[in-house]
Amino acid sequence: MSVAAEHRTATSTRRNMFRRPTSETGFWSWFTTVDHKKIGIMYFVTAFFFFLVGGVEAILIRIQLAQPEMTFLTADQYNQIFTMHGLTMIFFAVMPLGAAFFNYLLPLQLGARDVAFPRLNALSYWVFLAAGIYIYSGVLLGGLPDGGWFNYAPLSLIGPNPTDILEAGTATSQHVSRMVLYSVGLQIAGIASLASSLNFIVTILNMRAPGMTLMRMPIFTWMIFITSFLILFAMPIIGVALWQLMFDVRYGTSFFNPAGGGDPILWQHMFWLFGHPEVYILILPAFGIVSEILPVFSRKPLFGYTAMVFSAIAIGILGWGVWAHHMFAAGLGPIANSAFGLSTMFIAVPTGVKIFNWLGTMWGGQIRLKTPMLFAAGLVGMFTIGGLSGVSHAIVPHNYQQTDTYYVVAHFHYVLFGGAIFGLFGGTYFWFPKVTGRLLHDGLGKLHFLLMFVGFNMTFGPMHILGLWGMPRRIYTYADGMGWNFWNLFETVGAFVIAAGVLVFMVNMVRSVKGGEIAGPDPWDARTVEWMTPSPPPHYNFAEIPVITARDEFWHRKYVGEGEKPPVRVPAGASSDHDPAVAATPDQSLPAHGPGHEGHADIHMPSPSYYPLVAAIGLPIMGWGILMPGAWQIGLLAVGGLILLAGLFGWVLEPSAEETH
Amino acid sequence: MATQTSDYSAPIPGSAETQHATSLGLANDKLAIWGLIGSECLFFGALISTYLMYVTRVGEGPTPADIFDIPFTSASTFILLMSSLGMVLALAAIQAGEMRKFRAWTLATALMGSTFLAGQIYEFTVFVAEGFTLQTSPFSSSFFVLTGFHGFHVAFGIMMLLALWVASMMGRLPQQLHTTVENVGLYWHFVDIVWIVIFTAIYLIPAATSVTTH
Amino acid sequence: MKARRPRGAGSVGHQRRTAGRRVLRWAVPLGLAVLLAGCAGDNLPQDFLAPEGPTARAQDRLWNIVFWVAVAVFVLVQTMLVVVLIRFRARPTDTQLPKQTHGNVKLEVVWTIIPALILAFIAVPTVRLIFELAAAPENPVEVRVVGKQYWWEFEYTGEEGQGVVTANELVIPINRPVRLSMESTGQADSDPLGVIHSFWVPKLAGKQDVVPGHTRHLTFMAEEAGVTYSGQCAEFCGLSHANMRMAVHAVEPAEFEAFIEEQATPADIPTSGSAARGAELFTERQCIGCHAINGYEGAAARVGPDLTHFAGREKFAGYMLDNDINEGAENISAWLKDPQVVKPGSQMPDLGLTDEDTADLVEFLRTLQ
Repeated sequence: MSVAAEHRTATSTRRNMFRRPTSETGFWSWFTTVDHKKIGIMYFVTAFFFFLVGGVEAILIRIQLAQPEMTFLTADQYNQIFTMHGLTMIFFAVMPLGAAFFNYLLPLQLGARDVAFPRLNALSYWVFLAAGIYIYSGVLLGGLPDGGWFNYAPLSLIGPNPTDILEAGTATSQHVSRMVLYSVGLQIAGIASLASSLNFIVTILNMRAPGMTLMRMPIFTWMIFITSFLILFAMPIIGVALWQLMFDVRYGTSFFNPAGGGDPILWQHMFWLFGHPEVYILILPAFGIVSEILPVFSRKPLFGYTAMVFSAIAIGILGWGVWAHHMFAAGLGPIANSAFGLSTMFIAVPTGVKIFNWLGTMWGGQIRLKTPMLFAAGLVGMFTIGGLSGVSHAIVPHNYQQTDTYYVVAHFHYVLFGGAIFGLFGGTYFWFPKVTGRLLHDGLGKLHFLLMFVGFNMTFGPMHILGLWGMPRRIYTYADGMGWNFWNLFETVGAFVIAAGVLVFMVNMVRSVKGGEIAGPDPWDARTVEWMTPSPPPHYNFAEIPVITARDEFWHRKYVGEGEKPPVRVPAGASSDHDPAVAATPDQSLPAHGPGHEGHADIHMPSPSYYPLVAAIGLPIMGWGILMPGAWQIGLLAVGGLILLAGLFGWVLEPSAEETH
Repeated sequence: MATQTSDYSAPIPGSAETQHATSLGLANDKLAIWGLIGSECLFFGALISTYLMYVTRVGEGPTPADIFDIPFTSASTFILLMSSLGMVLALAAIQAGEMRKFRAWTLATALMGSTFLAGQIYEFTVFVAEGFTLQTSPFSSSFFVLTGFHGFHVAFGIMMLLALWVASMMGRLPQQLHTTVENVGLYWHFVDIVWIVIFTAIYLIPAATSVTTH
Repeated sequence: MKARRPRGAGSVGHQRRTAGRRVLRWAVPLGLAVLLAGCAGDNLPQDFLAPEGPTARAQDRLWNIVFWVAVAVFVLVQTMLVVVLIRFRARPTDTQLPKQTHGNVKLEVVWTIIPALILAFIAVPTVRLIFELAAAPENPVEVRVVGKQYWWEFEYTGEEGQGVVTANELVIPINRPVRLSMESTGQADSDPLGVIHSFWVPKLAGKQDVVPGHTRHLTFMAEEAGVTYSGQCAEFCGLSHANMRMAVHAVEPAEFEAFIEEQATPADIPTSGSAARGAELFTERQCIGCHAINGYEGAAARVGPDLTHFAGREKFAGYMLDNDINEGAENISAWLKDPQVVKPGSQMPDLGLTDEDTADLVEFLRTLQ
């Protein structure tokens, strides 16, 4: 409604519930900001916090499994912790870390001043935070979800403790509460993802700088684009499944309950129909980051840009046709298993294209082994391992052996840790100077990488072996004499090495935010337009919107030469923020969004707003309502619903930008 | 693909295309509504699939043939379809600057939507009284959840229509804002079209099969 | 792929190549050695890289093909990565930028098509084996398997099986296929509130989920008599998922027949001593409400495991606790006294037994040979 709201500014008097916040700085400004850069930072900090929580959970898991028959955790604690480790890392760490990069970088890479819907963007953040708080409120409300991240029915309906079902004791209500936290919590998180995906899609389609055709977009922006479409279409499916689960658990329906005539396999289909695209939602952003880092540090353009774009699109489309490979052992029959086995093998082809194109990018370059490059190269190596074990999963008859063992755990950690997390850390080192104006310390960064790389392979490498030796996943204990003791202990040591790496990273962050080396606008001699603006970028991103004439626009402004000859730097004196190409043609700078934006002094930015925060607060309150009995339920649902509606109404009636001062 | 020298020689855009406020020349809001509709298609697709899977799982409870009152629902369906016409006329009115006509048609559309909703509430009440509740069988669960979520969408649409009407009465909806009306209209038409699919899946298909079996 | 270096070949280029080779010379064999050493399990109980039946062996053969293809790709990619990082590293002597290659259509087509061909080559035997494994065998030993939280019930169906019911330990004759028909139920057969389990004895066959509301099948065969194959539930099923273990005992066909005969024989209920008092407690303490003992009057419930030949089993409580002459008594009494501590979430209730009661019950149970 932003266009509408802008028009309204001129004609209406404002009757809002609150006085419009105006401050762009200071503590409170973080609660009302609609600036994509601030929201990006908030996403990063919050998601990193959840990453630490998920990491602590991982350490607890590893301690429990360090030796056979350990009693460090009870079965109940272990089940909650491994479930929350998965949920946290997927929905509250890796996905929002991706969103942090999307938020911060997307407008900068497009040469735009903000995203299409700044307030919707703020709403996404607050709803994501609300979802995290809601689901972790289980710590105070009788426990956290404990059915695993894919929470198969009917275990999700019956609970782990059938004797208590018989007696309808506290354990039953406790179980219901945990499952409601799961279903409603993920539902709320889904709303946040859905809102941001819509926002990013519209931003990419509509907010590109003049001259930036789709095929001139930075590759990271392409990955955001594809990821957003995956989110847009995957979230409603899990949404429906989560509603149905909630109705089953809380209101006695039988969608997935065989006792009432439902079919537990339906849950599996719906979950994985979402769940497999979700895997690509997690990994494609990292692919995009790596595809930005490798060219910069090899001083060469991305090898096969077009192939990279189309292979990602192919992955995005094929990703919808492989979901049942998570269910080969569920007994769908030989025809379905064959079909999904073949489609799963096929998806390895575009993934392979990416790996080889990355190698092609580095080939013949001048590789500077700075920390971002180390993480990017690490991803290429580690993701390959995850990809190869992925192909071995497609061998359906042997998948009957591998599935639900530690071999699978190894696979998805190589893909999500060796892939997504390495990519995200690489991106952090790469763009940190853009965000803060200061470089992260490279020596500490290399130490961080080394600890991560070694710890990662120590922790997850042996899981392949344990899986092949028959260790199932999700067991809180194992017998002595299975031959699993040594590697489990070894993995636990590895987990602590990873933790040490994360600690080094945190030290580096804290140290560099205030005391790091000053970066300047373009510390890496980079290629895309976000490096043209000062670091950190001003509130309005670009004083003048760049006109795009080429892919790797910024590089072509710095270097001339084409064809076979190596490029030559544009003559001295051409500093990056006073680029001659721009300076020579000032008339080419075009307004960012519509009238009223021309000129440097008169850049018109959206104003801060309380309403996204207000609307977001309503959701978890409604969620807690669903947990409660009787009048409490109605009451909390009503209160939460009213807060939500009040937030939305205030939002609609408020113009997106106040008239200038 | 091999070399991208074309990038170097690309013309600098400054043509009519780039003079638009947006790269596609399509308003952000409208694009977002289309995206939302795409997402909603999968939402209702999943609900309808569940329903079709469970339509025969009636347990001890009533079957579709036992419970549905097709003439009644056909009538309320007709009213909902007519509301789309009202929406079209409301949009045409505001585009033409005829604000009174716009308000009349907006209100009429909201009223027709409310009538449909009232019909649905009545239908649910009758079903529950006959012992066909949310918990009766997978068939009943999927029926109530599917039509219930559609009802929520209609209700949300009515709220938006009423908001438009109030804003217009207060003089806060000038003619230039016809794009907002258009966006609400897109949503409203989508909700109607989904109902046609739901109506076919729930009421017409079982009716057709029961006719052939009798 | 022919390398194109940024500048004419010179001493620098030569050094780069040898550096790459030097790394290769030790990295590849070392990596492979570690990999192989790591994977060579010393005949571990659930190591499915060392299969011992035709089903698991057929699955393993496919794996071997894919494994070596994967090793080849792994070595190729990692070597290229390391070589590229070393050979094309930036140097202080670099004076101009590298050639700005944007892509190479031929190469890109090649590395799209070759993986596709390799996968097509793997796909053929994969699909063939999927269908082979799904086919029903001829003249199998038929067993109905019921997964419960958290143990397995086995019922020998068909005439030869005489309706014998056991728990957690499946005795099968060698060289004859076994066909499992698997269901999941809750407390009793009439209670459909089960959860998903997965039947898995790695050395004999890959796993098959057991889904409430459906019947799933699995076929396998053992070839060596006197071997016990270890297995466990592989689908997360609740608190004691980790404690839902099982064993398959492979025996000679004659021994199998004897086993069925023995199992079909009613138990001798002791009439004197503390074992007899334990037998009385079996009714008094409501054990009879859940457990069947063939030969014990009124003991026919199928909620918990059938105890007719309880003492003949190697282990109990989901093939978790030893039931042998040394530790059996101690384990059983610990289990009877506080089942939730021994096995969290178990359906076995805490009966509040006194030490004396427990001792008598243990005596009784140990007579059920």
